[in-house]
Amino acid sequence: MNVLYFAWVRERIGVPKEQIDTSAATVMDLVEELRAREERYALAFSDMSALRVAVDQDLSDFDASLEGVREIAFFPPMTGG
Amino acid sequence: MKILVQDAAFDAGAELNDFTKAQSNMGAVVSFTGIVRDLDAGLKQMDIEHYPGMTERALEKIASDAMGRWNLGDVLVIHRFGALKPEDVIMMVATASKHRKDAFEAADFLMDFLKSRAPFWKKEQTGAAQDWVNSKQEDEDALTRWE
Repeated sequence: MNVLYFAWVRERIGVPKEQIDTSAATVMDLVEELRAREERYALAFSDMSALRVAVDQDLSDFDASLEGVREIAFFPPMTGG
Repeated sequence: MKILVQDAAFDAGAELNDFTKAQSNMGAVVSFTGIVRDLDAGLKQMDIEHYPGMTERALEKIASDAMGRWNLGDVLVIHRFGALKPEDVIMMVATASKHRKDAFEAADFLMDFLKSRAPFWKKEQTGAAQDWVNSKQEDEDALTRWE
């Protein structure tokens, strides 16, 4: 699945987008998988209260299922307007 | 309903005139224009990042919600991304309705949701330093008044 990162999450992880093969059942399972992978992920995902997630371009929750999902994005709270 | 997400600058006055002229039998048009401000007198540039695809979807949903909630003739949303300077126009919304209350309330609603539910992130450059703008709890709290 495509995993996208925005704002400081993108800066900490070092790429805006990557293709990840995962069998994670939920968003949080994917986060755990990434955290275990490398330090930069552990750092980016150290405080989940500072993060938001979109699943297939809709705002979602960390316990959301990844079944059939094509795109997931992690970012800080939005600051538009 | 017109939603534009663009890096190009736009003329908020001309957009408002076009929007107003395009209405028929609407008694009220309300608009809001957001401008890059430099409260600490050191801002060099504001970079706005967004999530192409989701941004348009989120703005369309917010505008549709407003259309469903108030009696509106039309809604306009324009939001820029990319590098902006102090005093540049960042974004605007406009609403048209038969009576002013609908247009006022809908414009207020659009701004509240646009601030914390549309995927934009601001980064401020002041001299050598760069910092992402933190979201404010008051912006999140503002959404509860529309529940």
